[in-house]
Amino acid sequence: MSIIEVSNLTKYYGKSRGIVDVSFKEEEGEIFGFIGPNGAGKSTTIRLLLSLIHPTSGSAKVFGKDVTTHGPEIRRDIGYLPSEVFYYEGMKVIDLLKYSASFYGKDCTERLHELSEYMELELNRRISDLSYGNKKKVGIVQGLLHSPKLLLLDEPTSGLDPLMQRKFFDLIRKENARGVTIFFSSHILGEVQRLCTRVGIIREGRIVEISDIRSLQKNNYKKVSVTVEGQKPAAINLPGVTNVQAENGTQSFFFKGDINALLQKIGGLQVADVTIEEPTLEEIFMHYYE
Amino acid sequence: MSATIFIHEFRARLRSVIIWSVSLIGLVIFFFSLFPTFADQAAMLTEAMANFPPALLEAFGMNNTDLSTLLGYFSFLLVFVELCLAIQAGNYGFGLVSIEETELTADFLLSKPVSRVQLITGKLLAALCSLLVTDLVVYVSTFISIGLFNGGRAYDMTTLVLLLVSLLILQLFFLGVGLVISLMVKRVRSVTPYSLALGFGMYVLAAFSGMLGDVKLEYITPFKQLDPAYIVENVAYNTPLLLLNVSVTLIAIGASYWLYIRRDIHEVS
Repeated sequence: MSIIEVSNLTKYYGKSRGIVDVSFKEEEGEIFGFIGPNGAGKSTTIRLLLSLIHPTSGSAKVFGKDVTTHGPEIRRDIGYLPSEVFYYEGMKVIDLLKYSASFYGKDCTERLHELSEYMELELNRRISDLSYGNKKKVGIVQGLLHSPKLLLLDEPTSGLDPLMQRKFFDLIRKENARGVTIFFSSHILGEVQRLCTRVGIIREGRIVEISDIRSLQKNNYKKVSVTVEGQKPAAINLPGVTNVQAENGTQSFFFKGDINALLQKIGGLQVADVTIEEPTLEEIFMHYYE
Repeated sequence: MSATIFIHEFRARLRSVIIWSVSLIGLVIFFFSLFPTFADQAAMLTEAMANFPPALLEAFGMNNTDLSTLLGYFSFLLVFVELCLAIQAGNYGFGLVSIEETELTADFLLSKPVSRVQLITGKLLAALCSLLVTDLVVYVSTFISIGLFNGGRAYDMTTLVLLLVSLLILQLFFLGVGLVISLMVKRVRSVTPYSLALGFGMYVLAAFSGMLGDVKLEYITPFKQLDPAYIVENVAYNTPLLLLNVSVTLIAIGASYWLYIRRDIHEVS
């Protein structure tokens, strides 16, 4: 059974576009990266899954249940971390976390303290006195304390310093190892690349690609750079060569096509250095947005 | 799960309830402390009142009021109490769910495993209890003031009870109407301007409706629907207007549920 199953989901806010005809599935135990620039519809999708907003058409199921009819039941097992966190300013951290826990009808005290200790969160401070990064930590603890089966993370790392980001990623991996399914929305490709097994790319409200990270990188451009000693680099003319840049005897370009033809061509040169790399997700991503 | 929200909401409003209650105790006791003077000098008072322009008396609902009787005096001071209670109830109504959006905590609350119905019910019940507490405080301070300042003059208990209960009905109106308006406008940035406008607006309508005589504005303003002067005179509510008032309240609350269930909670930006 898929944990998330979205079919032809469409959301318009009046006339302005949220998402259009979005379909994808996420299986149990996956870390699914959802990438796209700001305004592409990532948050809209997550908010639809939480039934914070209502779909214009199409449907979404979480744990096999429709989000519009089984919202409360579904949310019992969801942990949500929004990109911007806001809590009741007058409350103490501990009171907020207890209030949060009280919705789940189970004892979360132990987990609450465990997570707060791990994230170095001071429980007796007032929310209004916290820095943005510390509020974010409250968000993380709040999202995890009821041991959810599905985590919806909406650009979760904004506002966290690099040290905390790493701790957070470790925490996410640990949760995932325990079987928690993770839906990770981000526009920072590096972190998606580090964490996710499969990605969906969304652009202007529509899904443009769903693929696992490895094949996304494999079936794509290679980054090639060739340095030829002592002589002016001969142009490598092959179909599939693009973005040629030449500098001090080094020629670098993107290549897509028969790799043997490329190697033969390089073999005919007096090569001082050669690298053939897989592109980063960033470069693939830019390709979708050209 | 409504209980969780109820407790949180009630606590969050406790300070406001205390402030309103203390102010109302002060108001009621202060006004009542002047009553013996009014009662003792009834003749002089009637004479003085005759010199006021009738329109002014009408505006304060005092044209049929005998300030030298306890209930007459009470129905006069009740106008001020009602205004306070209306603004308080308006505050709670306008802020009931909109506060989660203005303080940006809607995402937190609505991603919890509660339905919108449970949520708004918990909130409504908490607001209702807060209003009940305030009303009880007014009731108690009224009876204490009567004990202190009435000096054993006779008065009709039924009328007094009707007047006191009308306060709760009035508050429910402002709670319900405030709530439904807050859900119809795109965004409530600050609650107070809305509740002041609604409270004073309705009050001014009631005052003008008295001054203009023939214009039937009393149909829409709860200050006229539950006019204390009418209650004192007839020892009963004006039944059609009371029914109208209660219907508006019920429709407003029903519509609020309908709107809130369908509401899109937009992203913070």
